[in-house]
Amino acid sequence: MLRFVSRRLALMVPVLVGLSLLLFAWVRALPGDPARALLGERATPDGIARVNAAYGFDQPLFVQYFTYVKALLHGDFGSSIQTGRPVMDSFLERFPATIELGFAALLLAVVVGVPLGYLAARHQGRALDTAVVSGSLLGVVTPVFFLAILLKLVFADQLHWLPTAQRQNPRIEATHITNFYVLDGLMTREWDAAWDALVHLALPAIALGTIPLAIIVRITRASVAEVMHEDYVRTAESKGLTATVISRRHILRNALLPVVTTIGLQAGLLFSGAVLTETVFSFNGIGQYLFEAIGQRDYPVLQGFIICIAIVYSLINLLVDVAYGVIDPRVRAS
Amino acid sequence: MSMSLPPASGGVDAGLVVDPEVHGVSLWRGAVRRLRRNPTAIVGALIVLAFVVLAVIAPLLTSYEPGSAEWAGDVTPTSVPGPSEDHWLGLDRFGSDMWTQMVYGARQSLVYGVVSTAIGLAAGATLGALAGGFGAVGGRFGGWVDTTVMRCVDVMLSIPSLLLAVSIAAVLGQNSYAVMIAIGTAQVPIFARLLRGSMLSQGKADYVLAADALGLRKGRIVMSHVLPNSVGPTIVQATLNLATAIIEVAALSYLGLGTSDPAVAEWGRMLVAAQDRFDAAPRLAVLPGVAIAITALGFTLFGEAMREALDPRTRR
Repeated sequence: MLRFVSRRLALMVPVLVGLSLLLFAWVRALPGDPARALLGERATPDGIARVNAAYGFDQPLFVQYFTYVKALLHGDFGSSIQTGRPVMDSFLERFPATIELGFAALLLAVVVGVPLGYLAARHQGRALDTAVVSGSLLGVVTPVFFLAILLKLVFADQLHWLPTAQRQNPRIEATHITNFYVLDGLMTREWDAAWDALVHLALPAIALGTIPLAIIVRITRASVAEVMHEDYVRTAESKGLTATVISRRHILRNALLPVVTTIGLQAGLLFSGAVLTETVFSFNGIGQYLFEAIGQRDYPVLQGFIICIAIVYSLINLLVDVAYGVIDPRVRAS
Repeated sequence: MSMSLPPASGGVDAGLVVDPEVHGVSLWRGAVRRLRRNPTAIVGALIVLAFVVLAVIAPLLTSYEPGSAEWAGDVTPTSVPGPSEDHWLGLDRFGSDMWTQMVYGARQSLVYGVVSTAIGLAAGATLGALAGGFGAVGGRFGGWVDTTVMRCVDVMLSIPSLLLAVSIAAVLGQNSYAVMIAIGTAQVPIFARLLRGSMLSQGKADYVLAADALGLRKGRIVMSHVLPNSVGPTIVQATLNLATAIIEVAALSYLGLGTSDPAVAEWGRMLVAAQDRFDAAPRLAVLPGVAIAITALGFTLFGEAMREALDPRTRR
């Protein structure tokens, strides 16, 4: 197991080196010289000279690259050209919001998706199955931002059931320790603050969770349908085991293997979707900040956020691989 | 298996005289036959066909120009004229004919979707074939080429696809080419990994061993045996990716990275523009949103039916 993990960790190194090269080249590929790109419309000859000296753009390329990597290794991901704040600070400040949202979306997808997929597989070809399969298809093809806009307009703007924007009502007094608002509310026993954060989370989580939900339903259904006809299930049946024991110990446990992998693969989808969902609901996470950075062409922020997201994303994939290795010993051997 | 004729005297031909329904049908022809019998495939194909026809004959379907804003005077902040005799889907919030915007939007989506997927397929399949080809038949540098190419693909995969598209579009500026290249590049890793995977598994097949034993050149084995037998899943994926590409183009527009030319009608941008008029005219947001979803549904249904038809396990 240790060897498996260390080999997977070692594989991350070339990827991260490649990524740093790519992102380094990316800023140099921006139209015009990098100093002008970094300064945007406020570029003056004086400013350009200052930026060139500050960022070392007058140095040879390989020197620049090593300076860049050295800064990265020291946790320096550059600063916003709009606010001058270090990118890393803004990222860490907003990241809990996105994790909270992504976790809520994924939780929804798993809690609703696995049972639905299981039921559909057990009732193959009947009305329930048809409804679940059609519903999941609809979920896959509906653009996240369209769904988010519809949910917001119907449930928030028209019906006023749920809040339209933000993570918490600013008028509620809430102590923030971890910046996971729901968790903060629970930890400080400020129940109304926790509830308010949860209510604010509902619509964005549904919008973001729909595609993962649809995918999990489909995978669970396919996987359960396949396992149901395995020889060992027939053996269990002929041994006279009860239906509950068979479905829990023999069908579900084996059928959930591919589902676990799928859940891990949703991470990328969640990051992409978060940019859109957070924008629609003005949910103050990394997605919305990224959207603002795109609008303002704040390249250091884009560069810094993308490398941060890529590192987190690679780590999540590593965790998924390890988890899969724990569940299925055959993976470790290969 | 039913023999339709008794074995011929020659003996050699005997094996060939079998039910043509079961044997003698190529993989692709069999797949087409199965597709025609599958209602899902037919629904998907009809949606795709309708979308393509609308997109191609768009200029014939309307007498107005897209993005003309001719009736801008009729639109007020609180009301957008609804369906009427002249405009059967009403006007949009800038005072253009909504139906014109919709059909030209279909045209834009088709072009964006097809071109970006073609870019992704061409680049991804080249990389995949390179890695898979060298990986499958070995050679002294085979494994090395495979590893190098796949590490590059891993780097691209380490960025979630929409963010990859966003960063590329941000470099290339606000124009149609930028959008197509960005969406296309984000698809490269999918195709590369898929084709490499199927080529590697084909490389272990007995017929490759046989061809190798016959002394065929390695390049020839890859090009005329391994590759043709491996492209099926990649083509299916391209159909499915058309759906994703159309959605992602709209997403880029939504993020403000699409083309800024007002004369270009684009579903994603129409959706953005409609947001603040939802109370007055919900159809402005619903129509393009539903159009994107239905188009994506068509490609998804057809792609999945194709995957099923090509899958040897489901062949009957």
